[in-house]
Amino acid sequence: MKSVLPILTVIAAILLFWVVCVVPMNMHLVADQAQRDALVVTPDTPAARQDYSGVGLALRNTHLIPLTYNYVRPRLPSPHQVAGEMYKTIFGQRITSKRSLVFHGWVTLAPTLLGFLIGTTLGILLAVGIVYSRVMDLSVMPWAIVSQTIPILALAPMVIVVLGSMGVQGLIPKSIIAAYLSFFPVVVGMVKGLRSPDSMQLDLLRTYSASKSQGFWALRLPASAPYLFASLKIGISASLVGTIVAELPTGARAGFGARMLVGDQYGQPLVSWAALFAAAITAAALVGIFSVIERITLKRMGMNAS
Amino acid sequence: MSQQTIITARNLDLTFETNDGPVHALKDVNLDINKGDFVSFIGPSGCGKTTFLRCIAGLETPTAGEISVNGMTPDEARRARAYGYVFQAAGLYPWRTIGGNIKLPLEIMGFDKAEQSDRVKRVLDLVDLTGFDRKFPWQLSGGMQQRASIARALAFDADILLMDEPFGALDEIVRDHLNEQLLQLWARTEKTIAFVTHSIPEAVYLSTKIVVMSPRPGRISDVIESTLPRERPLDIRDSPEFIEIAHRVRDGLRAGHSDDV
Repeated sequence: MKSVLPILTVIAAILLFWVVCVVPMNMHLVADQAQRDALVVTPDTPAARQDYSGVGLALRNTHLIPLTYNYVRPRLPSPHQVAGEMYKTIFGQRITSKRSLVFHGWVTLAPTLLGFLIGTTLGILLAVGIVYSRVMDLSVMPWAIVSQTIPILALAPMVIVVLGSMGVQGLIPKSIIAAYLSFFPVVVGMVKGLRSPDSMQLDLLRTYSASKSQGFWALRLPASAPYLFASLKIGISASLVGTIVAELPTGARAGFGARMLVGDQYGQPLVSWAALFAAAITAAALVGIFSVIERITLKRMGMNAS
Repeated sequence: MSQQTIITARNLDLTFETNDGPVHALKDVNLDINKGDFVSFIGPSGCGKTTFLRCIAGLETPTAGEISVNGMTPDEARRARAYGYVFQAAGLYPWRTIGGNIKLPLEIMGFDKAEQSDRVKRVLDLVDLTGFDRKFPWQLSGGMQQRASIARALAFDADILLMDEPFGALDEIVRDHLNEQLLQLWARTEKTIAFVTHSIPEAVYLSTKIVVMSPRPGRISDVIESTLPRERPLDIRDSPEFIEIAHRVRDGLRAGHSDDV
């Protein structure tokens, strides 16, 4: 409960900054509209107004400031507009409707979860290989690092197009992009975790003449649990980002990524912003779920969650 | 008491190759340990006492010389699970209960479940931790954790107990108490114990044989057979006999140090 106040403070600060920015960002658009609606605007031509910054224009037309918060197609929507749009599209629609954010959320969430599952499994297997095989340690790790330096935005359309030409569409291509982003933190975390037992603990097992697999199940795997959870939290949010990126450049018709793109292309910023916030809330919820599982598991394992 | 020799070291040499050049950890070490002995190794840090213990355990391989444990090489003895090893830190797994920690070697060695539970109960009684099997390590004090780690080393009934400064991190009051308990345990179980320490009173109080070592290169500078009786109350430490042995140990340590102090 102690953490609630700082979080609320930060949220309040962000909201305040946002609210302040709405005025200068939308001022020129609002002034143009006000002129069409026969209101008094200074200066009175769009060309002359271009010489002023958003702040400058707002100071000259203080009576127009309230209008910047309710403009229909704003450059920067105000918080209540985004909240309204989200309420309308989450609670105001049947969840099977194409206008429901819940529907689009599930279209994004399903490949996120599948990709996360694939990425985590792959990450753990690679980490085990790296820890137990020197050849894999030297060969796989550099490639895992290189894989993350390739811009996913460039790679995603290629993967989707290539898979599409082979007849693979829908869930799987997006899951692959999600897995591609989420396996890496798991590899790095698990390698560190599996190597975390100190030499004394390893010597102890040697005095029992324990086999490698006994050492893995009895010591290395449980010792890696705190590292695994840290990786899972990064991995699940990376997975969601991967899925959205996979939806962006490929003409997807549904999903958070598609909503963001549609909003941009058809001049409906509210749609983009609502999708953006819905995605952020989804990511926060997923990370939150893993934090709770982490706390319960590590507590039962006698380790303290960090 | 039979004088059967169970650990023998002959002309043992061990050199570590490090980035700063070779380090002569052990030089020309000769020692016999008899069945039922309580042997302490004492000396300043860098004298090779821990290294020698690790050689007995087969955790280090000597560069030259011979060492045998129960008539086998240390590596064979390790595979035959001939000894229990107690480290400086208790090293209990936080995710296992005390009982679960003691079961660890038993699981690895393939004891059946009923046997495991019997043994956990028995060794917990031996170290005075009866009823603690369901507690987690963090619920125990440092001294209790170290006792649990001794119980873990006793669980599979090895004849030899190798202990590497097991009480080094504990305060003196707890240490006295554990020393007393260890002697009782040794009397009851008739194990052979090799014990590394850098406390003179601890070495004299516990041992039938005290091996004084000196550093650079690590070597044995004196071996003292204790004349104290096997039955030792704590106040034996005020007896003239005890003080005399302690003097001899101190002299041995000083002699080994004279070249570089």
